[in-house]
Amino acid sequence: MQVKERIRRISVRYDLKRKWYRFSKSHLSMVGLVIALASILLAIAAPYVAPYPGHAGLTLNFKEKFLPPGLKYILGTDEMGRDVLSRTIFGFQYSLTMAAVVLGLVIPPGVVLGLIAGYYRGTWVDTLIMRISDIFIAVPPLVLALSIAAVLEPSVFNAMMAVSLMWWPWYTRLTYNTASALRNEYFVQAGEVTGASSFHLIFGEILPNCLGPILTKITLDVGWVILLGAALSFVGLGAQPPTPDLGTMVSTGANYMPDYWWISIFPAVAICLIILGFNLLGDGIRDMFVEEAR
Amino acid sequence: MRLSTYILKRSAFVVFSLIGLSILVFVMARVLPGDPARMMAGPRASQEVVEQLRKAMKLDRPLYEQYFYWVVNLLHGDLGYSLVTRRSITADVLEYLPTSLELIFLAAIFEIFGAFILGVIAGRYSYKWPDNVVRIFSYVGISIPAFVTAIILQLVLAWTFKVFPTSGMLSSTITKPPTVTGMLTLDSLIAGRLDAFADSMWHMILPAAALCMGGLLQDARIIRSGMVENKDKDYILMATSQGLPDRSVMFKYLLKPSVIPAVTVMGLDIAALLGNAFLVERVFNWPGFSQLGITVMMNKDLNAIVALVLVIGIIYAIANIAVDIIVAYLDPRIRLMERGE
Repeated sequence: MQVKERIRRISVRYDLKRKWYRFSKSHLSMVGLVIALASILLAIAAPYVAPYPGHAGLTLNFKEKFLPPGLKYILGTDEMGRDVLSRTIFGFQYSLTMAAVVLGLVIPPGVVLGLIAGYYRGTWVDTLIMRISDIFIAVPPLVLALSIAAVLEPSVFNAMMAVSLMWWPWYTRLTYNTASALRNEYFVQAGEVTGASSFHLIFGEILPNCLGPILTKITLDVGWVILLGAALSFVGLGAQPPTPDLGTMVSTGANYMPDYWWISIFPAVAICLIILGFNLLGDGIRDMFVEEAR
Repeated sequence: MRLSTYILKRSAFVVFSLIGLSILVFVMARVLPGDPARMMAGPRASQEVVEQLRKAMKLDRPLYEQYFYWVVNLLHGDLGYSLVTRRSITADVLEYLPTSLELIFLAAIFEIFGAFILGVIAGRYSYKWPDNVVRIFSYVGISIPAFVTAIILQLVLAWTFKVFPTSGMLSSTITKPPTVTGMLTLDSLIAGRLDAFADSMWHMILPAAALCMGGLLQDARIIRSGMVENKDKDYILMATSQGLPDRSVMFKYLLKPSVIPAVTVMGLDIAALLGNAFLVERVFNWPGFSQLGITVMMNKDLNAIVALVLVIGIIYAIANIAVDIIVAYLDPRIRLMERGE
């Protein structure tokens, strides 16, 4: 038993090493990893890193409003004289929290529903779950999220709820496709014949084999959720001022175009940078699993 | 399975989803806090007036009965009464939808042509510099939200270099042609006003470009990978070895099977322009459907929100069916596979 356990540990370690090697070979994946880690670190350390942490909230500093990028304020100041750099750094917190909360809320129910529908493929359970998920996919995601956010009263929390409500079907569909294919594999049928419970088959046998695609989708989705969250606040249905949210900053800054372009362009670049980082990271992780499958 | 049966089956499926969507949105608007009768009457109206309105609007009936009345009106083309614009929602939709569709059509044309041109170039010169350029642009393109593209294009091409107008649909010096279709470019052509046509096109280029940029770059990548994947297939080798010219191999044999996956994604992307229009129209102050949408959403006009989501759902569904038909036409395997089940 002990030897077996040791062999298992060694093989896991070897497998991880091989995956990491394949991942680190790609420059783009590494760039993505660095950007993603850097933005997480920035978000955590925001109160210590930002040059003017007080400017994150409702600070009025009209004497220094609309200052162009310079030595004192590296990225300039906005219409209330607040440091754009500090607010952008704090903006990372909101974007990343949004992604974490939404994905945390969405993945468990989405995956479980997909597993159940896939396991009971062809029965009324499958039809019910999958047809309901179709309803949520019947309009562009942004439109449904916007209307849910509007009905719920705009706020950061409700924006997260709105995005979560329309995001679960994608996980259900993904898991359903994998699970319904695995349903007919010999190892699942063998388990069924020997009398394993449905619970064990679904969560013990099918789920572990669905994890690769799910993990890939999670990393690719971080970028999408941040994008959708920023879009909601840009329209005015997400975080409300004075919250230092990147989308809100871009949208208020747009009112002062083109003379005070830095107010919206820098937060806009920050949004693109986070999304780009997580997209590259997600691509790297996908390649890691896809090549494995070959 | 014949193509017509396939289309019928798909349409039935879509109608089912739309019914589900209407129930979902309707229930959401009624169950969540918010009182349409109070909104209609205004904050200073007495409780009695609100109650009377509630009766008149049938808000005192059970939910399924309300839904029934709503559907009956809907089938008569009546989407209800907006609490914000104080008009029939059908009238609002008819006024604002064409201006948005006009923009989306142009964006779709940009997207299709741009994606094909970039994708074919990248596929033809795969792993050489044109391919790398397209790859970098597509990575960046996917990561830029449409409203950021819009703001950057506006800042550079409209404010700084003044190549395009910054916002609106028509220059103030040009009189508006009479409204026939609601689409400014078409109306100008109908009225024979070439100056108005050129001017409105000139106003549309930047918003349309911002609208389609992300999808365009993504689709180009998909066309490129389709071409690269099929390049090594035996039938291409055979065509080349028989001495067919490079161009004919590319366009006649390589492109058709390679675009099928791209057509599906492209169709979804074009339908998704409806969503992105909400962001881009705001930047360019385009008086379209999404501006109306945002207005009613910000004012929590429940009647209008429900109606607008449904209208968008219907357009989205039509676009999806169209894509399915095109793909089934391009790829006979899909039709044949349906028979196997």
